[in-house]
Amino acid sequence: MATHEFAAQESHAHAGPQGFIRKWVFSLDHKVIGLQYYFLALAAVFVGMFLSLLMRIHLVAPTAILPFLGDIKPETYLTLVTMHGTIMVFFVLTTAPQGGFGNYFLPIQIGAPDMAFPVLNMLSFWTTFLGFIVMLAAFFVAGGAPLHGWTGYAPLSALQSSGPGEGLGADLWIISIAIFCIGALMGALNFITTTLDMRAKGMTMMRMPLTVWAWFVTAILGLLAFGVLLSAGILLLMDRNLGTSFFVPLVTINGQLTGHKGGSPLLWQHLFWFFGHPEVYIAILPAMGMCSQLLSVFSRKPIFGYKAMVYAILAIGLLGFMVWGHHMFMSGMSPYTAFAFSIMTMGIGVPSAIKTFNWLGTLMRGRIRFTSPMLFAIGFVSLFVSGGISGPFLAQPVLDIQLHDTYFVPGHFHLIMGVASIFGIFAATYYWFPKMFGRMMNESMARWHFWFSFIGTYAIFMPMHYLGMAGMPRRYSQMTEVSYLHGLIPLQKFITYAAFITIAGQLIFLVNLFWSMFKGTKASDNPWEATTLEWTTATPPPHDNFGGRTPVVHNGPYEYSVPGAPRDFVMQTDPEIKPSH
Amino acid sequence: MGLILLIIIWLITFVSTYFFVAKTWWLPVGASAAAASIDHHFTTTFILMGVVFVAAQVALGYLVWSYRDRGTATKVAYSHGNTNLEIVWTVLTTVLFVGMNLASSSIWASERFRAAEANAVQVEVTGMQFAWYFRYPGPDGKFGTTKPELEDASAGGEAALGLDTKDPTSKDDVVTGTMVVPVNREIEVILRAHDVIHSFFIPTMRFKQDAVPGLAIHMHFTPIQTGEYEILCAELCGLGHYKMHGMLKVVSQEEFDKWLAAREAEKQ
Amino acid sequence: MATFSTTATVDDPRISLGDDGILLPARGGGDDGSGPGLPDYATRLRRARLGLLVALTPVLMLFVSFSSAYVVRQGLPTLDPRTNALVRDWIPVALPKLLLINTGVLILSSVFMELARRQIKGQAALASAKSAPGVSVVDQMRIPWLAMTFVLGLVFLFGQWAAWRQLAANGFYVATTPSSSFVYLLTGTHAIHLMGGVLALFIAGVASLLRRSAATRSIVVEVTAWYWHFLAALWFYILCLLEFAR
Repeated sequence: MATHEFAAQESHAHAGPQGFIRKWVFSLDHKVIGLQYYFLALAAVFVGMFLSLLMRIHLVAPTAILPFLGDIKPETYLTLVTMHGTIMVFFVLTTAPQGGFGNYFLPIQIGAPDMAFPVLNMLSFWTTFLGFIVMLAAFFVAGGAPLHGWTGYAPLSALQSSGPGEGLGADLWIISIAIFCIGALMGALNFITTTLDMRAKGMTMMRMPLTVWAWFVTAILGLLAFGVLLSAGILLLMDRNLGTSFFVPLVTINGQLTGHKGGSPLLWQHLFWFFGHPEVYIAILPAMGMCSQLLSVFSRKPIFGYKAMVYAILAIGLLGFMVWGHHMFMSGMSPYTAFAFSIMTMGIGVPSAIKTFNWLGTLMRGRIRFTSPMLFAIGFVSLFVSGGISGPFLAQPVLDIQLHDTYFVPGHFHLIMGVASIFGIFAATYYWFPKMFGRMMNESMARWHFWFSFIGTYAIFMPMHYLGMAGMPRRYSQMTEVSYLHGLIPLQKFITYAAFITIAGQLIFLVNLFWSMFKGTKASDNPWEATTLEWTTATPPPHDNFGGRTPVVHNGPYEYSVPGAPRDFVMQTDPEIKPSH
Repeated sequence: MGLILLIIIWLITFVSTYFFVAKTWWLPVGASAAAASIDHHFTTTFILMGVVFVAAQVALGYLVWSYRDRGTATKVAYSHGNTNLEIVWTVLTTVLFVGMNLASSSIWASERFRAAEANAVQVEVTGMQFAWYFRYPGPDGKFGTTKPELEDASAGGEAALGLDTKDPTSKDDVVTGTMVVPVNREIEVILRAHDVIHSFFIPTMRFKQDAVPGLAIHMHFTPIQTGEYEILCAELCGLGHYKMHGMLKVVSQEEFDKWLAAREAEKQ
Repeated sequence: MATFSTTATVDDPRISLGDDGILLPARGGGDDGSGPGLPDYATRLRRARLGLLVALTPVLMLFVSFSSAYVVRQGLPTLDPRTNALVRDWIPVALPKLLLINTGVLILSSVFMELARRQIKGQAALASAKSAPGVSVVDQMRIPWLAMTFVLGLVFLFGQWAAWRQLAANGFYVATTPSSSFVYLLTGTHAIHLMGGVLALFIAGVASLLRRSAATRSIVVEVTAWYWHFLAALWFYILCLLEFAR
């Protein structure tokens, strides 16, 4: 049967590299590279969470003296804010879903033996890794890491004298981001070429799983956006170090002229946000693809409206380039331009809403299996709705007057981009762990992890909306100076406690992850009874993914519970199925 | 598991919604002419989005419980979707989102599209690390020149702004650390910044605008209630961002005239 | 609480490869001497071309971004606090005539590049003919188009550096005026990208010594050639922008 043939073919399969360095360090195998990205993101997320914990402590206890770290000064707080945001956005949310799972599973899900350019793939990981090292180095140089926020607005970020950390630390921050851009562009190149050129026979674009569509469109967004960020970074480095005045007008710092004149701070904002807005879709699209995938598998039902889902992904990608001005309503930009951007922004809410309706439609009349990946997928839908609902408040300039640069904004983006994307990463981990490591993760630990995370993140981020409505500004290191903020301290304390508990819950995940790699129940090749191509091959997949053969695809990716079929799932490589009614 | 998910999702939804409806932590009292219409639009948005929020979360909770796998009894309705339904909810969503935005656009237009009235009270607001300064044009009605070379924050308001005392239009300018304005008059603020971007935020006036170096941004608002109101900086400007704090005093017209006259007299 | 547990056991993989798996073997058909495990020449060429097209997009975006910064900065008024008035501080830069000579060098190098590309494509086609038994092909005298392109590339880069020296001699350094900043920025970024092209040519040239197959070298040169032409066109655009949008 299939088992025999598979084993017989194994010996003809393309042999992998030997030796530790070629196999695990400078591997050209997209699966190893995917794991490297994943573990890089894992390290980064724990750094990012640690920084946020320190922020939360300082906010509610500004004079506290911490062990090893001493007291946290206002400038240090701002450094924490800056580095938390930067590390999370770049080295976690852009790295794990795309670089991690995309690298591992895109080729397999389209039936390819590897990415189009394996050497480039290997270089893209090590470039990203170098970027992370440079970013961390900013903490340790004279003056420390920068305090200008992950958004790096000029002139604060463009003048070495504007504050502590704005010296070498800020330069390293920019250089790290530039290195990251290059690594991301290399990755995008591979994803796009592979998706367009290496699909197996029968794998038409409209038979690709939505995860692949999401990785593909995300790569296109990256391709177009990271070049602009790189350009902004180059101009900023020039302003900081060569005395140019792209972003810096005639200003004085502490009464001292800086030698710059004529530049425009708004130019930085336009360039940054032209990248920055597509970036948030880069962070969330793979998780949306994952959610679609999992809701279908674990409702035993095709995704509701596959075509509409594809169009929605494309619409989000396209419109994502036309809304950047909604970050700048209060910036001094023309109010007419603001109006135009706000209409476009409401427009981009529509495809997101369509996706949400389709997720609900997938669940309806399904047969839901509450596996750990499914829990996180359901959690994703809830978080996406919550984070999405606060968007239309900020998208209307009249309301943004009150809410801009208050806690309403981090409440919004943490739910819809931060937590939702992280839930996508967790869901993907629990789902694909058996395929990557040949073992199942522990279900009971997974459930504890889910509940800690789901309830915990709501407890942290929902109250931020109330704080924003009440007028609590962002990036304030303490609430002692403005009298009406004193009344909000109890709510901040609640958030801090919730943060501690939620982060503690993440340790359950960490333990589960590593323990299961060695001690988890052994997994079959298709434990979830799913239909896509990764489940047709061995666990873990052989070096060239399919053991010397390429699959032929006859069906779409979501053929579950097809009437008249022998079992409740039809794999993409099974003979073509037509529903019996 | 389906039931627990339903309960938790519904609980989170209702608890969150409760705090919005109860306004436990809410907008400060509105004290400007624009506040009423802005707050009204807040309420409209909250109601519309609140309904969507509750409906979606309730539906999610209900669906995951109702369609849980109950063994062989459960029948799955194989379907790839419903195009008509897609069109309907796409149109409805578009109408809701765009309509809501267009409804607010008239308020935005009246606040931002038109310039201040000719008889507005002019105050120049300058932000610098880490204080706000307020300048009144004095009897000649003109703001005098400032020179960056003359800036000296340690020597008080005029010096902090770098006022050129040799310029006759500068000599009568009044510079204060507190912003005093008369009630029921349109106030024109001219926003400037010396070093980095700051943001002039008065929550009770529903007023916020970034102060950008290299620009002089003209805005206006009309306070309708006397009192003392906090001014905060709402754009990260450095280590002292959290304490870059000012005070707006809205007083009667007579008090304002008296106060201004006294300040102007000091400049003679 | 109903939980799902998989019915698929370890020994029953539940996999299917359709047609029971006898499909296109993973190795491409047609031995072009490129080594085991690689797809055939046509596939590799197509993939490399697609990859280059994709790769050119962010390069384009970089210069689009610089261009928009250029246009914005040129037209931007700034507040002069001394007069409370808005002023524009853009002073046009006189471009050194040397840039026109460099442009000619680059265009000529593009011509040589194209000739090199066709030459090596022919060699790759001949290589597969040569490997057939009983065929002997006489080596024609070959003009080293690739090496000549490489040299012209270096000449261009040297010429750009010399143009920078001229600008400095006229008093225009990087930070002298915003216009001069852009001249250095645009020419410098272009030059860095061209250095990458020069490096690729060097690798392609050395590849024959390293005994890479003609097919592989042909693909490297093909990709480099299109990159080179793109950079020549980009340079022409930059020159026009700096000269006419002053």
